[in-house]
Amino acid sequence: MSFPWANEYKPTNPLMQWVDERLPLPRFVYNAVGAGYPVPRNLNYMWNFGVLAGFALVLQIVTGVVLAMHYAANDKVAFDSVEHIMRDVNWGWMLRYAHANGASMFFIVVYTHIFRGFFYSSYKAPREMIWLLGVVIFLLMMATAFMGYVLPWGQMSFWGAKVITGLFSAIPLVGTPLQEWLLGGFAPDNAALNRFFSLHFLLPFVILGVIILHVWALHIPGSSNPTGVEVKQESDTVPFHPYYTAKDGFGLGIFLLVYCALVFFAPNLLGHPDNYIPANPLSTPAHIVPEWYFWPFYAILRAFTSDFLFIPAKLMGVLAMFSAILVWFFLPWLDTSPVRSGHYRPLFRKFFYLLVVDVLVLGYCGGAPAEEPYVMISQIASMYYFLHFLVILPVVSSIETPAPLPFSITEAVLGKDEHATLAPATPAVA
Amino acid sequence: MVRLFGPLVGLFFAVALLWSFGNGAYNAATQPTPPSAEKLFHMHPKEVKFSFDGPFGTFDKAQLQRGFKVYQEVCSNCHSLKQVAFRDLTALGYNEAEVKAIAKNWGNKAQTFDPKTGDRGDRPNLPSDHFPPVYYAGQGVPPDLSLIAKSRHGGAQYIHSLLTGYVDQAGYKNEEGVELLKKFPDAKTPDGLYFNPYFANLNLAMPAPLVSDGQVAYNDGTQSTVDQMAMDVSAFLTWTAEPKLDKRKQTGWPVLGFLLAATVLAFLAKRNVWADKH
Amino acid sequence: MAEQASIAEATMTGANNGEGVRRRDFINIAAVSFAGVGGLAALYPLISQMAPSADVLAESSTEIDISAIAPGQAIKAVWRKQPVFIRNLTPEEIKAADGVDVASLRDPQTLEQRTTAGKTNWLITMGVCTHLGCVPLGAGEGEVKGEFGGYFCPCHGSVYDTAARIRKGPAPKNLEVPPHEFSSDTVVKIG
Repeated sequence: MSFPWANEYKPTNPLMQWVDERLPLPRFVYNAVGAGYPVPRNLNYMWNFGVLAGFALVLQIVTGVVLAMHYAANDKVAFDSVEHIMRDVNWGWMLRYAHANGASMFFIVVYTHIFRGFFYSSYKAPREMIWLLGVVIFLLMMATAFMGYVLPWGQMSFWGAKVITGLFSAIPLVGTPLQEWLLGGFAPDNAALNRFFSLHFLLPFVILGVIILHVWALHIPGSSNPTGVEVKQESDTVPFHPYYTAKDGFGLGIFLLVYCALVFFAPNLLGHPDNYIPANPLSTPAHIVPEWYFWPFYAILRAFTSDFLFIPAKLMGVLAMFSAILVWFFLPWLDTSPVRSGHYRPLFRKFFYLLVVDVLVLGYCGGAPAEEPYVMISQIASMYYFLHFLVILPVVSSIETPAPLPFSITEAVLGKDEHATLAPATPAVA
Repeated sequence: MVRLFGPLVGLFFAVALLWSFGNGAYNAATQPTPPSAEKLFHMHPKEVKFSFDGPFGTFDKAQLQRGFKVYQEVCSNCHSLKQVAFRDLTALGYNEAEVKAIAKNWGNKAQTFDPKTGDRGDRPNLPSDHFPPVYYAGQGVPPDLSLIAKSRHGGAQYIHSLLTGYVDQAGYKNEEGVELLKKFPDAKTPDGLYFNPYFANLNLAMPAPLVSDGQVAYNDGTQSTVDQMAMDVSAFLTWTAEPKLDKRKQTGWPVLGFLLAATVLAFLAKRNVWADKH
Repeated sequence: MAEQASIAEATMTGANNGEGVRRRDFINIAAVSFAGVGGLAALYPLISQMAPSADVLAESSTEIDISAIAPGQAIKAVWRKQPVFIRNLTPEEIKAADGVDVASLRDPQTLEQRTTAGKTNWLITMGVCTHLGCVPLGAGEGEVKGEFGGYFCPCHGSVYDTAARIRKGPAPKNLEVPPHEFSSDTVVKIG
């Protein structure tokens, strides 16, 4: 798709013309991320995070492929091979820190991207498919990150593998056989380590594939924007290049500054000391926690401490933890407000900020030891989490009176749009 | 459908959580968990300064050499250092001949195995060898020290506090003036273990390793007080855990400087490009 | 004054002429150049990580006891994960090597140039054919030594003489002599 005023690709360079006639790849790129893709002119910096997430994925693939040249996926030597990378391989310490902190940066960027989607209701028609694919990417990222964390075969790796695969044992009847099948044993061992390595190498490329679908789906309706008002005319848009390439370049600079500050000056800040102890199947660390980006979900898992009706607490926790993400799949149908942007939804906006605080609280509790008051706080916070998506959103979207929308993006940016005088004033609710 | 079942599912989870919350609150009110001895008496590491602290900090080679001497004369009797190779010691300022001599004279020898005869034997260490394994038959499992500074909260400060933190348990009070053995008579350190409030569960199998000033004779004229020896070996063990610390920071500054310049330029370029659109 | 103001305005608003355009172009080009330089610099560690790591470079020099090698015999040792041939030449073999017209060789070298003075009977070479890296025969007990009585590489038929010089076949160079020195009469240190 494109808007009728999109620039057409006209190669001036004879070589590009030659290539384009035989394989229209230059045209494809031009229409996807070049001057041939009209984008709303009013995107704010929250719209930088999609490109940044793509960059983070490439970063992880490049550093990961390189680390795989030195890493040995064998339970006897995996830990030492990581230390070999840190000590003996040329620039190995930097590559490993870059990969480990790259994962954290990837999640920071993706969480921002997701919460931007929440605030601006980017999941609403006609962009449901973009959203659904995005949730799939997030699930794949979680699986990849989890398996990657197992590879150094430290204490947290081992016990993380044991606890997370233990989640599956909560499933009635097939649980324990399923866990043993996942691990290829009764506890994490060489078989588990090897398959995790294999999948950890594979999944990023699957993610890449789903990202291509995600971006493809994005190009059908085009990007959403902070007003939530659809593009109406040429003056609402600017070509992606040079406008958003320049803006993304600046965003990338900020991203790299934060990232490199972490890699070079606080490389273990987001890690856990216990993972520098080799895996020991006979001794669990005193305080086991996953990596920080799983903390909110880990808090939800641990919030269920009592059996409910006929359902054991363990199963409830697992169900809730998975539901906490699966609920995102249903967002386009739970939020029925005709207005997209949170800027024009006063009531929704309050609950949105409450959700941000709630997830931060969940994150804090997920990283804290499993003791009071953290358990009770995470119970309250988990309650709000589910109520927010499943009860509050549908109710708010039906009772709320949205603020008046601008006629167009042009009007929102310039304060006036001569086309607006030709059309009747925009009703508050379309 | 979604709008029908969504709220039901949401309420289901909310009620289940409320149930858990209620049970938890009831338990907390009726049978509160008493605080444990570890909770009340475990101490955070002492705040001491090291040369490698902060973004500009670097290792002090003389200190690392002293710390290595402490490791060699005290720690290495029980603790191995298997991730480190003798050749790595050049980073402490030793030249190749010195490293060779250190390796050759190291107490534990490199182990050999003759596949023809099945004989096991040993030979002097070479610079390319890692520090040989250490076997310890007594109580407890002395951990390998290569990564100890990175595998404990507090790093070098923790090691220093642990080494200087042994106290007599009898009459020990925490900062609030609560006496440990009066409050928790069961927490008395068992025989064969030693009381140390900086250790996570207060009792560890290692007796105080640094006991008297001058225990290790320093070559560089530094007074080898217990505190000094603890500082030096903590610095040395930080080096064994993160040998590339200096190089990491040295690389980091130019990288950040370059990125800052590039980002400023990118900002100006972005402003140029957008000049006619705002 | 007015002119200056209009130039400044052109710079600010981006009119398509004169000084302003040039300065904007300069900033844009500089920004893209920085990105390019940064990208290239990031390639350096990615490429350099594939070079031998510190533990591989810390090649321990190998010391070998040669007291048990009788004249006419050879042993294989290992240095840098590659075979080294240590051969105790017989007087006949030394004579055969010295009898060759050096100028006629593909890689002209005398036996003396390839051995330590006073210990010409100890021929120490890499056991790596200079053609494509196979291990030539001739060092082990009962292996064929080839028509020049030295080494014979079965992969592509390179034949070396008693000084391990290439005489026939595709190999371009003599078998390489690794750096070595005699620590004593019975121990040689390679590397």
